[in-house]
Amino acid sequence: MKDLASTMIRVLNRDGEAVGPWAEGLDDDVLLQGLRNMIRVRAYDERMMTLQRQGKTSFYMKCTGEEAIAVGFRAALSKGDMNFPTYRQQGLLLSTDYPVVDMICQILSNSRDPLKGRQLPIMYSSKEHGFFTISGNLGTQFIQAVGWAMASAIKGDTKIASGWIGDGSTAANDFHAALVNASVYRPPVVLNVVNNQWAISSFRGIAGGDHATFAERALGYDIPALRVDGNDYLAVYAASKWAVERARRGFGPTFIEWVTYRVAPHSTSDDPSQYRPKEESAAWPLGDPILRLKNHLIGRELWSEERQTQAETEYNDEIRAATKEAESYGVMGSGASPKDMFDDVYKEMPRHLREQRQKLGV
Amino acid sequence: MPQMSMIEAIRSAMDVKMGLDDDVVVYGEDVGYFGGVFRCTAGLQKKYGTNRVFDSPINECGIVGTAVGMAAYGLRPCVEIQFADYIYPAYDQIVSEAARIRYRSNKDFTCPITIRTPCGGGIFGGQTHSQSPESLFTHVSGIKTVIPSNPYDAKGLLISAIEDDDPVIFFEPKRLYNGPFDGHHDRPATNWSKHPLGDVPEGHYTVPIGKASVFSEGNDVTIVTYGTMVYVAEAAKKETGIDAEIIDLRTLSPLDVDTIVASVEKTGRCMVLHEATQTSGFGAELAAQVQERCFYHLEAPVVRVAGWDTPYPHAQEWDYFPGPARVGRELTAMMEA
Repeated sequence: MKDLASTMIRVLNRDGEAVGPWAEGLDDDVLLQGLRNMIRVRAYDERMMTLQRQGKTSFYMKCTGEEAIAVGFRAALSKGDMNFPTYRQQGLLLSTDYPVVDMICQILSNSRDPLKGRQLPIMYSSKEHGFFTISGNLGTQFIQAVGWAMASAIKGDTKIASGWIGDGSTAANDFHAALVNASVYRPPVVLNVVNNQWAISSFRGIAGGDHATFAERALGYDIPALRVDGNDYLAVYAASKWAVERARRGFGPTFIEWVTYRVAPHSTSDDPSQYRPKEESAAWPLGDPILRLKNHLIGRELWSEERQTQAETEYNDEIRAATKEAESYGVMGSGASPKDMFDDVYKEMPRHLREQRQKLGV
Repeated sequence: MPQMSMIEAIRSAMDVKMGLDDDVVVYGEDVGYFGGVFRCTAGLQKKYGTNRVFDSPINECGIVGTAVGMAAYGLRPCVEIQFADYIYPAYDQIVSEAARIRYRSNKDFTCPITIRTPCGGGIFGGQTHSQSPESLFTHVSGIKTVIPSNPYDAKGLLISAIEDDDPVIFFEPKRLYNGPFDGHHDRPATNWSKHPLGDVPEGHYTVPIGKASVFSEGNDVTIVTYGTMVYVAEAAKKETGIDAEIIDLRTLSPLDVDTIVASVEKTGRCMVLHEATQTSGFGAELAAQVQERCFYHLEAPVVRVAGWDTPYPHAQEWDYFPGPARVGRELTAMMEA
């Protein structure tokens, strides 16, 4: 199966039909739910972007064009599994029943922020929803996912972990730490590289991605590797399901390179026109994942333009209402308490922190 | 009570904890089959199996990174970094991850890990087997830094560290592994079997994190120190005849300020003493604490005695190491001030 690291797994053909060996056994309900979840993620991104432009949050990061990967992967996981995500996997949380108002409160750093204003917007955390606290130091979570999976194996558990990293951060030490440990201990982990071609302004070649595929790196560690069209929801779900089942049955780690394209700027602090041609993102290399799945489902008469419009309206309304509620708890850090700054540094507050809190007078 | 070396006491702490708590796992470079280059984990793999005691690749980032992940799952990893000098590849995982998990997730996730690592010189190890990097960790909020000076404290503190719900860096002064060392490198080594602090109970007990001990009482000057330097201070006290009170901090962070303050208020003089390089060393924090809290009790400026601000040299080890002669000279000068 080594060629799967060099070629591209794809299910949808140019006419939107599901073809080839990975098209087998895909559940229609999963595909329909996947489309709805992707529409929801995009509605969320657009609304949060607006919040940032309105000065209600300091920062936001969209995942436009990459929605299929997190949404499709999440559909293959079970309750109790743990993701170690990067900042562009909001689709993992938005595909669960995690309250979207809580997500927005985190973005707004307000009085209902589940993280009490301590984290940069978008650095969510929810153990219950299988979403490990996001780090801004890229790459660190990749090896942690391997550790979590090792723990699951040590305890004889069937829960699995999935690590997430971007193409740029595959250059980081933690990436190699993850691969060597995954190779040695064979824990139940899926190691996902989201290759969206751009690490802020550096194209994938600066991470060494031009002379070999990212998936090929795993072969040197004897970790099975897949390279998948990440904008093809059917391929994403099929490959995820395969890798997740493989881990759960005790066959060890799988490495997946998701080939996609970062349509949006890196973040609200970024201006891609400084480093890449404008036409590039407008051309949607690999196509819009929502459009591709939509066309497939319409072709099979499982979906329609009308239902698409309905779903878009439904999620726009949902996110708009959730945003309104979240804003009532404060915006741009207005509801965060300075007292919360000193809590949870340790389980019990040591003397020097008590003294410093008293000095601040809170 | 059985006599144990510091190595045996540390091993006994892990053995006791592994016996009581299935969530405790132990791993690191050469830790499993071989039992560690200093033998601290000898026999544990045979007793608890390869699932709970195992060898790790030579990748410190991976050792701590996997431990952070295991802790998120619910285990209590106690990992070894073979020498403190090798801990730097794990620094990001310690500082940006382990130390911050509880805070940044609003205690949704926690990180109860213990990182054991041999530190300090006196073994002709040169610059890659002799460093004392404790201040790189005491500077970081969210982790605790512990450094025992004898077998009894080592076992009790290591059990406390493993039971602690926050990450602990556990420094083991390697020159003390087999016996107390007072800096007289040219005299025969003593070992713990003849020392009262080598009396170590077999079973479970704890020494609390965050509590210093008065190692030796005195009235004329306070020496605030830890690790190997406790015995160097004791030798200097004996050789100069100066009635020094020696405080063994045992935990650097969180710091037991009360014990220091009580002593300095009594003696009116304070020396801070450590093996690590002086500039921005932990002694700077200690000197500042004493100045802030005891200024009106001080009869002389606080004196710092520390390693020179050079890399730890090989052949010049005994010119570098702050031994009893140097500590004695500084003590004598302080008393004349």
